Amino acid sequence: MSDPELPPEGGMSRAAFLAGMATSAVAATAAALAPLKDVADLPSLEEFLQKHYTELTPEDKKAILERIAKQVEKDTGVRPNLKDPPPIPGVEFGYALNIGRCIGCRKCVYACVEENNQSRDPQLQYIRVLKMRKGSIDVETSDHHYEGQVPEEGFYYMPVQCHQCRKAPCVKACPVKATWQEPDGVVVIDYNWCIGCRYCMAACPYYARRFNFAKPSLPKEDVNPDMGYLSNRPRPKGVVEKCTFCLHRTREGKYPACVEVCPTGSRKFGNLLDPDSEVSQIIKNKRVYVLKEEVGTLPRFYYYFDL
Amino acid sequence: MNDIFLELKEYSRFVWRCLQRTIDGDWRYFTWMTALTAVALLGLNAYCKQFAAGLMTTGMSDQVSWGLYIANFTFLVGMAAAAVMLVIPVYVYKDETLHDVVILGELLAVAVIVMCLLFVTVDLGRPDRFWHMIPGIGKFNWPISMLSWDVIVLNGYLALNAHICGYLVYCVYEGRKPTKAFYLPFVFVAIFWAISIHTVTAFLYVGLGGRPFWNSAIVAPRFLASAFTAGPGFLILTLQVIRRVTNYKVEDKALMMLRSIVQVSMVINVFLLFCELFKEFYTDSAHVASAKYLFFGLHGHYGLVPWIWTAMALDLVALTLLVLPVSRSLKYLDIACGLAIVGIWIEKGMGLVVPAFIPTQLGEIVEYFPTLNEWLICAGIWGFGLLLYTLFLKMTLPVLTGELRPEGRPLADLGH
Repeated sequence: MSDPELPPEGGMSRAAFLAGMATSAVAATAAALAPLKDVADLPSLEEFLQKHYTELTPEDKKAILERIAKQVEKDTGVRPNLKDPPPIPGVEFGYALNIGRCIGCRKCVYACVEENNQSRDPQLQYIRVLKMRKGSIDVETSDHHYEGQVPEEGFYYMPVQCHQCRKAPCVKACPVKATWQEPDGVVVIDYNWCIGCRYCMAACPYYARRFNFAKPSLPKEDVNPDMGYLSNRPRPKGVVEKCTFCLHRTREGKYPACVEVCPTGSRKFGNLLDPDSEVSQIIKNKRVYVLKEEVGTLPRFYYYFDL
Repeated sequence: MNDIFLELKEYSRFVWRCLQRTIDGDWRYFTWMTALTAVALLGLNAYCKQFAAGLMTTGMSDQVSWGLYIANFTFLVGMAAAAVMLVIPVYVYKDETLHDVVILGELLAVAVIVMCLLFVTVDLGRPDRFWHMIPGIGKFNWPISMLSWDVIVLNGYLALNAHICGYLVYCVYEGRKPTKAFYLPFVFVAIFWAISIHTVTAFLYVGLGGRPFWNSAIVAPRFLASAFTAGPGFLILTLQVIRRVTNYKVEDKALMMLRSIVQVSMVINVFLLFCELFKEFYTDSAHVASAKYLFFGLHGHYGLVPWIWTAMALDLVALTLLVLPVSRSLKYLDIACGLAIVGIWIEKGMGLVVPAFIPTQLGEIVEYFPTLNEWLICAGIWGFGLLLYTLFLKMTLPVLTGELRPEGRPLADLGH
């Protein structure tokens, strides 16, 4: 197999040969590593060592919010009003969408992008509107990329976004508890803890989660400065994000952006624990269903129709 | 205490002397190693590009969020688990036929687990946050997340096999009989552990109710059957290379026993595949969409059709060769193993991981085509894994043949 006495190449000493091999290996490795000089978004030491959200003290949080606000200002030129509003006791958010009234105008899609500081290029959207043929509830026959006049004869429209499931498969999937359910029912992600394995995306039955394949781009003029730590602050590259029912708004008594913008009033939002709230009344009195009931996720997002 | 210190010193000396062996070799060895290093470095270069730009350098999307990396990972977990098929005859049934090669199977497991860990790492969007997964200092979602189980079983399997190989080879080097308490318990734990790594990896997919293509109880048995085909098949090829380029003796009967293992596993593998296909296509419910896309294309999209039919053809030819007496001839056995490995790689990789995402949960069809950069990273990890395995063999074989002994001791012909 081997003969230490035999130089591998004629005329060259064994030591010289090995030294030559080692030198070329080091040089080739250095060349291979060259693209690393383009890395522009390495985490700072504080960011790298940041603890899990649930382990942060109020002082930690304050320092982190300040650090992120500074970073956002540096990146976009806009000083954000970055907060971390807590869930309101006695509130569990629920959503109801009138499938009979939606006209498929996608105003919700774009209001959401503007509100939540999603990346513009590549553009990320949390809401997907399916153009469905009347007479079918099979999503496979739907059109996701319809254009032209809406509503079109013979079709109805079904918007889908995160259903904030009570039994959320994505929360179960995450290996590092970077995504969890808040007491008000909103499933959130800590963008500073997500490792970007995308197992939650495989687990989600509703195609609700998006991944930052590239560094998100958010032009200065598009920045929404009212930001929440667990919702619409700008995201880093390589992490997953999703709809949070605009918790930076809804925890302060406002409606989600998609509810506010809907021209047909198809979108209803409120407190499931309050029997008199609009959503509670809809669930009680209308024809209500949830999407993919058979997967057992128990969504807090309901579809309904009048009758 | 002093004894332990001396023992550790002696062990380090042993590892060092084995390592020295890796810079010895003829032109074939150096050419092989140089080629593997070059491929590994190309992969490293491609990964650096991905690290700088993000996973946009891959063909993956929000719709198809896992691709080649996880496909390779899944295949390789099986290769690693396959060592158990050599361990069971030797340690449970005391069959001596595979005794001399079992350690080579365990070394393969070590190298392959390292490849698995690399494939998972290159798939991460935030590799800098890997420490979030370390139990104790991170925030480990155990026992709820199947991925957290996978982290534990893979690292545990790596440790078990590294210990077993290191200890047994060291004993051969020292020329003494291994103390049973130091390895037998680990060997038996490793048997169950091997089954567990592939079962847990299957459960990773099976547990997702939102993906009907994966949500099938047969995935774990299928994984094991295909693993026990591809793993021993790979060893059949490796052992023949070893006996050609080294003076380590590998007997034909060891190869023939491996052939029996590959043969039976392949029959079971194809049978389970048939069961799955029957359930999908005969039922013909809405859940068949992914399988339809895979085998026949869906709504005008045919991306995986050539792949899966190639795999089917390779599987069938390999199966035919394996069950016929013709594969008692090594030439045909080698062909059968080679075809089976490639067939299973496609079937378990592209054929299992990708179609579950097509159509999406909302019925959209977005196809997945790996980019060149993605292929390069995969090739790099394969190159690195083979490099590692070659180094392990290079370190171990001189000990097993009795060429490498502690200084000042006669070269005893102990065998293994």
